[in-house]
Amino acid sequence: MARMKFLCDAERCIECNGCVTACKNEHEVPWGVNRRRVVTINDGVIGAEKSISVACMHCSDAPCMAVCPVDCFYKTADGVVLHDKDLCIGCGYCFYACPFGAPQFPQAGAFGLRGKMDKCTFCAGGPEADRSEAEFKKYGRNRLAEGKLPACAEMCSTKALLGGDGDVIADIYRERVLRRGKGSEVWGWGTAYGPGKPGAQPPAGAKS
Amino acid sequence: MRKTIALLAATLTLAACMEMEQEPSRKQVGQTVKGDTAPWSNEPIAGGPKWTKGDRNSWEDQIKKRQLAQNERSRINP
Repeated sequence: MARMKFLCDAERCIECNGCVTACKNEHEVPWGVNRRRVVTINDGVIGAEKSISVACMHCSDAPCMAVCPVDCFYKTADGVVLHDKDLCIGCGYCFYACPFGAPQFPQAGAFGLRGKMDKCTFCAGGPEADRSEAEFKKYGRNRLAEGKLPACAEMCSTKALLGGDGDVIADIYRERVLRRGKGSEVWGWGTAYGPGKPGAQPPAGAKS
Repeated sequence: MRKTIALLAATLTLAACMEMEQEPSRKQVGQTVKGDTAPWSNEPIAGGPKWTKGDRNSWEDQIKKRQLAQNERSRINP
């Protein structure tokens, strides 16, 4: 069973915001709602600037699901965390619970109308009929039902943002890091990505 | 007869002393929304990726090929 995840390689992200634009365009996301955004640290500091693209991470044990008072969240067979906008009451609990700031609330009018929550769907739509007009209007395009991966990952020019089954994209990332010889020395590498090839020893200096 | 009535009355009176469930029923996370169709249950779109409708394995195979295509090392000569 696939567990759909995103993985962003900070060494490759060039802060082009192509993923953000792809998402906005694909789902016709309204102004003020950012399902995906690029976060940069040490902006302008040469050699220290790092960017990553952040959206809903489709957590295996999602805190938004746990706190939702109306239980509008559900998880698909592929591990994608989705929600039903017909049930959502716009309370904002999920926003406080989410460590990534993924839940978004449309803001309009002088008093900042909160409205129904909107978030990244891993391009998997919602509970409405797949590829229907109703689904597109509420949740955006359902690319998984078209046999495609999320637009943000497929549009990423440097392939910093990877999307797909956690095992598959972790393999791609592992191979990439071992090849460039930088990154596998960090704490937690062995736990997260293993020793490299099956049966191989952890890279020199790796700390698990 | 009187003994039976007394026994019955005692039973009914004591029945009121039974401890009732005090906790509110807990929500079962992720159980409320029931209707969503799996991506492989759709017909492939014309000109798009191909899989057999309803066959999860064929859908997963083609989406895995797309995932692996994100690795440029597998697409160019190393």
